Amino acid sequence: MIFLLMLFVFMLAIAVGNELISKVPPTLHTPLMSGANAISGITIVGALMCAQFAIDDPTTSRILGVIAIALATINVVGGFMVTDRMLAMFSSKKKKKEGK
Amino acid sequence: MEGFTPAGLLYLVATFLFILGIKRLSKVRTARSGNQLAAVGMLLAIVVTLVRPEGGIDLDWTTVIAGLLLGGAVGGVMAKRVEMTGMPELVALFNGFGGLASTFVAVTEFWGRFGSATIGSPADAAGDVVLGGGVWAIAIVLSVLIGTVTFTGSLVAMGKLSGKISGNPVILPARHLLTSVLLIGGIAAGVYGTLYCEGNTAVLMVGLLALGAGLFGIISVLPIGGADMPVVVSLLNSYSGLAASMAGFVIGNSLLIVAGALVGAAGLILTTVMCKAMNRSLGNVLVGGFGGDAPAAGGGGADEYTSVKSAGPEESAMILESATSVIIIPGYGMAVAQAQHVVKELGEELERRGCEVRYAIHPVAGRMPGHMNVLLAESDVPYEQLWELERINGDFKTTDVTVIVGANDVVNPEAIENPQSPIAGMPILNAHESGTVLMIKRSLSPGYAGIKNPLFERDNTYMCFGDGKAFLQDVVTELKES
Repeated sequence: MIFLLMLFVFMLAIAVGNELISKVPPTLHTPLMSGANAISGITIVGALMCAQFAIDDPTTSRILGVIAIALATINVVGGFMVTDRMLAMFSSKKKKKEGK
Repeated sequence: MEGFTPAGLLYLVATFLFILGIKRLSKVRTARSGNQLAAVGMLLAIVVTLVRPEGGIDLDWTTVIAGLLLGGAVGGVMAKRVEMTGMPELVALFNGFGGLASTFVAVTEFWGRFGSATIGSPADAAGDVVLGGGVWAIAIVLSVLIGTVTFTGSLVAMGKLSGKISGNPVILPARHLLTSVLLIGGIAAGVYGTLYCEGNTAVLMVGLLALGAGLFGIISVLPIGGADMPVVVSLLNSYSGLAASMAGFVIGNSLLIVAGALVGAAGLILTTVMCKAMNRSLGNVLVGGFGGDAPAAGGGGADEYTSVKSAGPEESAMILESATSVIIIPGYGMAVAQAQHVVKELGEELERRGCEVRYAIHPVAGRMPGHMNVLLAESDVPYEQLWELERINGDFKTTDVTVIVGANDVVNPEAIENPQSPIAGMPILNAHESGTVLMIKRSLSPGYAGIKNPLFERDNTYMCFGDGKAFLQDVVTELKES
């Protein structure tokens, strides 16, 4: 039952994702890809939860856990930062224009 | 799945922020705030997971802090240091890390519950594992599979984008048989290991699954030409979302399932958009073998051109001097030569002389969708001057001069004039219709499609041989002096 519920959630989220970005101007393709990529770093939540195993198993589980968390954090921190850098270039220009 | 707890509700808020963030990312005016909203959602999810308002499981803080510091430092430095031209590679790399992280989540969870003898037997674990049994095992297998394919596929894509791996399609003998064996063998090992084995054997089997999936990712991306990498990166982005979603099934967390699925669907849409821009099907791209750095058999070498006219910086400046309307078409060559700033200088100088300047952006120019827009934005070209293909294509007829900076296939008239051409039907920018074409390019070598470009020898075309940046710099200097 719980599994079925999760499957429902999964299917509905796919449907929502499909509706969300039906029309994207080409200018935003790169930032959107990079932003979505950062969101896929949500697996960090799973990685953090895995740190529970390191309490009883401070060798293998700890190594695995650190790698999992570090990889996901690179994805999250790096992803949001580069996306912001890209988008800042679009908006800074607009401000300059308004100033003129 | 989460109960009706504070943590569960806060996860719901994070989910909402992600949806809102993606929505806003798809509009120019709201994009930056969209990205920031999503980042806030992510921070919320992380904090809730660490603090866990209702108590719950204890975490090993050494692991948590070491992982966060290490990842945060590496990710932050990479994001700060990257050049705008290197963006496609970096996105591919981050994407690969995301995929591998999902693999590690599944492996760590699996090891934690089954691998280490000190923790307990499967029977013991089944009680607190949300899914348990077969379904849980399948989720582990899928998570490791998709995550690892994403990782190795992204690394190959990154290598091809940065030129470290040849952009040519690399076709291995019997690759379809090989990929099938790796995929099926890997899945079989994974299913056997997660369902029927314990301890070291189980871990070995999951290791075999990761190995098979990793090789599968490499062999699948190698045969795809460098020009198709944007499609591949976008598809792998979609995969990394799905991998996160599967990891969500493994640990029974609906936030992961939803966020991952959103990214999976969004990535797939972007992939389709790009395929459409090239008039190719996704299947055709993935089968590979299309295009490469070097001329394909029967493709255009320099000796195939007979009546090429060339122009130096002085002559080009003279041609531009008398123009009243100019369209600039940037391509991957502009990114390679880092010529975006001098391109903008040229545009400004021409405008100062009363000339109308516009930029025509082909949807697949560069190595990433929207790559040119990002580069020109970096050099402060006003957004209003960037024109999409459909909007500007009718205007070439009435344009005096078209300046092509390092683009090739996207202006190849073969696509409309020769139905037998490999790129027939691909929408192109009709540069050949304008009064004069200045084609700035290092040589007569073909583009990624590996075919001859008859535009080079048209009567109205001048080839401007040289490095894009140096050449344009000379043109701008000439213009300023005159």
